[in-house]
Amino acid sequence: MRRSAVTGVGVVAPGGVNREAFWERITSGETATRNITFFDPSGFRSQIAAEADFDPQEAGLNDQETNRMDRYVQFAVAAALEAVNDAGLDLGEVDGERLAVTLGSAVGGTMILERDYVVVSNHGEKWLVDHEYASPFLYHALVPSTLASEVALKFGARGPSVVVSTGCTSGIDGIGYGHQLIQDGEADIVISGASETGISPISMACFDPIKATSRRNDDAAHASRPFDRDRDGFVMGEGAAILVLEDFEAAQARGAHIYCEVAGYANRGNAYHMTGLRPDGAEMAEAILDAMSQGGIEPEDIDYINAHGSGTKQNDRHETAAYKRSLGDQAYKIPISSIKSMIGHSLGGIGAVEMAACALAIDRGVVPPTANWENPDPECDLDYTPREAKRRQIDAALSTGSGFGGFQSAMILARPKELEEVGI
Amino acid sequence: MAQKPESFTSIPDPDRRAVITGIGVVAPGGIGNDTWWSYAKSGQSAIRRISRFDPSQYPVQLAGEVDGFDAGDYIDQRLIVQTDHWTHMALAATQLALDDAKYDPEGKDPYRMSVITASGSGGNEFGQKEIENLWGKGPIFVGAYQSIAWFYAATTGQIAIKYGMKGPCGVICQEGAGGLEALWHSRRNIQRGVDFVVSGGTEAPIGPYALTCQLTNGRLSLEDEPDDAYRPFDERANGYVIGEGGAIVIVEEAGHAKKRTAPQVYAEILGYGATNDAFDPKRVNGDGSQLVRAMKMALERAGVAAGDVDVVFADAAGVPEADRAEAAAINEVFDRDVPVTAPKTMTGRLYGGGAPLDVAAAVFAMRDGVLPPTINVDSPAEGCALNFVTKAQEGPVDTVLLNARGFGGFNSSIVLRKPQ
Repeated sequence: MRRSAVTGVGVVAPGGVNREAFWERITSGETATRNITFFDPSGFRSQIAAEADFDPQEAGLNDQETNRMDRYVQFAVAAALEAVNDAGLDLGEVDGERLAVTLGSAVGGTMILERDYVVVSNHGEKWLVDHEYASPFLYHALVPSTLASEVALKFGARGPSVVVSTGCTSGIDGIGYGHQLIQDGEADIVISGASETGISPISMACFDPIKATSRRNDDAAHASRPFDRDRDGFVMGEGAAILVLEDFEAAQARGAHIYCEVAGYANRGNAYHMTGLRPDGAEMAEAILDAMSQGGIEPEDIDYINAHGSGTKQNDRHETAAYKRSLGDQAYKIPISSIKSMIGHSLGGIGAVEMAACALAIDRGVVPPTANWENPDPECDLDYTPREAKRRQIDAALSTGSGFGGFQSAMILARPKELEEVGI
Repeated sequence: MAQKPESFTSIPDPDRRAVITGIGVVAPGGIGNDTWWSYAKSGQSAIRRISRFDPSQYPVQLAGEVDGFDAGDYIDQRLIVQTDHWTHMALAATQLALDDAKYDPEGKDPYRMSVITASGSGGNEFGQKEIENLWGKGPIFVGAYQSIAWFYAATTGQIAIKYGMKGPCGVICQEGAGGLEALWHSRRNIQRGVDFVVSGGTEAPIGPYALTCQLTNGRLSLEDEPDDAYRPFDERANGYVIGEGGAIVIVEEAGHAKKRTAPQVYAEILGYGATNDAFDPKRVNGDGSQLVRAMKMALERAGVAAGDVDVVFADAAGVPEADRAEAAAINEVFDRDVPVTAPKTMTGRLYGGGAPLDVAAAVFAMRDGVLPPTINVDSPAEGCALNFVTKAQEGPVDTVLLNARGFGGFNSSIVLRKPQ
C-alpha cells in the first residue's frame, strides 16, 4: 500500500507566526496566552486567549487576497506557502491534477460572519437583517469550504479538495483525510492541515455558559494548565498548520527531506454526549490502538505523546485513562506534553499544529514541555514533561485529539525504517 | 506485545464493496420516500414564497421549503431545543432511512457503524438567534447549546450519539458537492473496516442572515414567480433558488447487507471522481474541463463505459455560464442522446442536502425503471442542448452518473449501478 511522507511543514501560531518561531516558542516553555486585545472582553467569563500577531502582507498575501479572505483562510494560505516552500516543491513542475487539498476547521468564517452580522442587524437589533449592508465576500464566510477552495486556487490544486469539520479533531482528521487519499491513489501530493481563528465574541461566548474555558483572567500567562491539579478550563487560541504529504516513493525519488511518515491514523466516536466524556477513555484508546496496529507500532516504539491536553478537568483525566488503557505500563514511561499550555486551544486548527509539533520533534529530537505544570493531580499521574523541553531521540510520536460530538482521533508519525538504517 | 484494537485496523481492503441499502427523504415536495418520489415524478414545482420568515424586504422571495415538517414527530423535545432545524431534518431523515433499510442499530457492534454527513452552512438559524442574544443583550444571554448546535459537526455528532455509532465519523464541507464526497468517504471507511454508514445530509439555508450571506454570491435568481426563477440550461436561466432538507443515505458493506438479508440493495457505489477548478473566485466554475475530468475518473474507476450510462443527473447550476460549462462537459464525455435530468428544478438547490436527494431520486429511478423529470427547460440556451428528460419517462435504469458542483470550484461525479 502507498505510504505518506511528510515533506513540508508550515505553521501560523500565537507567539511567533512561522515554523521556526513556533518551534522556538513551544520548546522554550514560555506561554503566549494573554488578555484578549482583539475586542473588549469585559462581560465575558473568560477574557484570555493566545492571539497571533499576524500580518497577512508580510506572510505573502496580496491586497485582494487580504481583502477577500477571512483570517482563518489567510492563516492557512500563509502556512501552506511556508510548507510548500519547505518541501522544495516547484509548483511549475508539480502535476496540479494530482495535487489535493484536505483541511480542517471547526468554526470556519465566524469572524467575518460576526463582523457583518453586527452591521446588518444594527448591533443585534433586527431579526430581519438589512442585506444591503453586507460585504461582498460574505458568502465565502458562510461556507467553510472556502478554506479548501482558496488554498486550491493559490497552488493550482486541481485534485480532490475538501474541508473536514469534525470540531476539535478537525486538524488531525484533515491530515488523516489526506493520508487516505494518498493510500488510495487519489492524489500524489496533499496540502493537508487545518486552520482556526476563533478569538471573537461569539466563539468566546459559546464556551462561557458551559464553563469550558479558563477564568484565570488575572493571570493569563499561567491560565492554560493541562494536567495540573489546579487547571480550570482551556484557553482559546488561534492558529494553522500545513503538512505537505507525498507518496513516499515519489518523495524519496525526488530526494525530498522526509521529516517522517504517517504510520497510522484512526478516528472513533464516543456516541455518549456532545460535550461530556466518560472517564474510561475507551474510544480514544480504541483510536490509538487502531493507529498503532496500522503501522505495526508497539507501545515501546512510541517515544513521545503530544496530548490533546486541553486543560479541562474532564479532558485531561479522560486522556490519561486512554493512554493507560491503550499503552499499559508503558504509558508511565513515555514523555507526554500539551503544547496548548503555551499556545492555547485553537479548536479545529490545533490538531494540525500539534502534528506539526510532532514532525518537528521527530526531526529535531526534542520533546516540548507542558508549561505551567506544577501540582500533581492524582487522576493525572503520568510524565507530562513539566516546564522544560527534553532532548530525546524520537522515532515515533503519537498525537491525540478529542472534541465536541464525541469525536476521538489519533495519529502516529514515525521515522521511516529505511531512513533509520542509513542514519538520517 | 501490544493489544489489538477490539474493533478493526483501518487498512483498506479493495474487496469490501459499498452498497446503498436505505434512503430517508425530508425535502421540498414530501417527507418520506414514497411521498417525495411520487411528487418528483409529477413534474410539479415545490418552490414558492418563503414562509420561514417574512421575505418582503429581500430581493429573493422564493425557496423550496419542507411543508408540514414537525421535528416532534421524530425526536424528543429535549433534543429539539438543543439543535438547529438542519439537524432536526437530518435526525428525521436518519430514522426514515434506518426504517427503510430495516436496521436497528441497538445491540450492533458500535465501532462498525459510522456517520459521515455533508454540511454547507451548519446550524445558521440557531446561530442567528444566539448571536442576536450576544449583540442585542450581552454575553451572558448566549445559551448553553450554541456551542453544540451551530457548528458544522452538530448533525453527525447528534446522529452518532442518538444511535450509538462509534465508528469513524466525518463531516464534509464542499458546498453543493459535499454530498457525493460524503458517500465516497463512506466507501473509503467501508474499505477500512466499517460495515454500516449513515451518510448523505441536509441543509437549512432559509434564514434572514443566511439568505443575506447567500445573496452576496451573485447566483441567486431574483425572480418572484416559481416558474421564472430556477431554469437551468434554459435561455431564460437567471440563477438558482435555495431549498432546504435533503436525504440520508445508508451505505453498507455488500457482504454485511447480504448476511443480514437487507430488504433491498438499491445500488452499488462504483466509481467517483473529484476535482477543483482552482479558478478565478469571481467567476463561475471554470470552463467545465475539470468537470469532464471528474466524470471520466468516476467512469474509469467504476469500469463503466460512457455508453453504458442510462442517465446523467446534472448539477444544473442555473447560472448561464455554469450551465454552458456543464452541458459542454456532458457532451464531451457522452453521446448526444444520453438522457439528462435535474429533479432539483422542482426543489431548488439544497447544498449539502442536494446531492444526497439526487442520489435518492437515482436509486428510486433504478428500482422502478422511471426517470424523474426536469422542469423549466423550455428552450435550451445556446450551447446547452442536451437530451433533457422533461416528463417522467419509463425504461430500464441500471447505471447512473451524478454530477454535483460546489461554489469554490468543487466538481464531483459518482457512478451508481443497480445490482445485477
